[in-house]
Amino acid sequence: MKGGGLKAFLPIGAFIGLVVIFYVGLFKDPTLVSSPLIGKAAPAFDLPSLHAPNQRISNTDMVGDVALLNVWASWCPACVKEHELLQQIAATGTIPIYGLNWKDERADGLKWLQRLGNPYTAVAFDYDNVVGINWGVYGAPETFLLDADGIILHKLIGQMTPEIWQDEFLPLIEAARTRAGTKAVNSNPEEGTG
Amino acid sequence: MHTSSCWLLITLLLPVFAWAIDPSDKLADPELQAMYLSITQEVRCLVCQNQPIADSTAPLAADLRREIKRMFIEGQSEAQIKDFLVERYGDYILYKPRFRSWNILLWLAPGILLIIGLIALLRIVRRRAQLPIDEDAP
Repeated sequence: MKGGGLKAFLPIGAFIGLVVIFYVGLFKDPTLVSSPLIGKAAPAFDLPSLHAPNQRISNTDMVGDVALLNVWASWCPACVKEHELLQQIAATGTIPIYGLNWKDERADGLKWLQRLGNPYTAVAFDYDNVVGINWGVYGAPETFLLDADGIILHKLIGQMTPEIWQDEFLPLIEAARTRAGTKAVNSNPEEGTG
Repeated sequence: MHTSSCWLLITLLLPVFAWAIDPSDKLADPELQAMYLSITQEVRCLVCQNQPIADSTAPLAADLRREIKRMFIEGQSEAQIKDFLVERYGDYILYKPRFRSWNILLWLAPGILLIIGLIALLRIVRRRAQLPIDEDAP
């Protein structure tokens, strides 16, 4: 029986391998589809403001500093849950938060902000989900993190929590700021020496 | 009498099968309409994941149908529309995985496994053929 020992374990080994793969797959959440947009430039948009229908808000407004784009709607219960945290983040001034009011009625959205407070630098009004589809949004809330050049760094599907903010977003924001900082220094030698 | 009224009822209910999700504003070109119907059968509704957007009542599915229709009217091809969706929502949005990157593994795995099985079978049969014939075997 040369090499018989190893060969005998081959089928059982393959079986155990399959069991492990299936077991891991069993507890994965199929609704968490990772976005192919990460690492790419944010899709362009130009939408009316929720507060002032005559004003336009576009993706270029978010360029120049790292920024969050939070997709929300007044009909969305999880948006209410994360709202308190968004307000706290906005209060610290760490990062500007832009809102995308998604598939909502203008009056409902405004009322909702009046009732719960407004953490947003500006809110774009995407009534018919044209921009939402362009951004690969399929539910609310979703939160995108963009760097100063408008590249999407991260996307959170579902509710923001203090843990996710601390562990996923803050490190990315810091890293993006550092990168942007060194780039500004490099392109601006006078500042670099100081 | 009873059977005939039963048949009458069935006949009257038959048109129910013609109900579509949004029967209004069909595409003018029947060829485009057929393409539109076939592509919406292949696109996954990400809210109700085991349903194609063709027969989903989810608002997101309705929005996707509207966008797909608009792109067809603009003259975009089926491939362009699928690219558009995959670029934004990922490969998962298509029921039929595309033949590229990691998906290739998915497409080729059955063939590879079949070849491995055939080779194993061939080796076992050959080895057995070389064994001395055991007269006492049942």
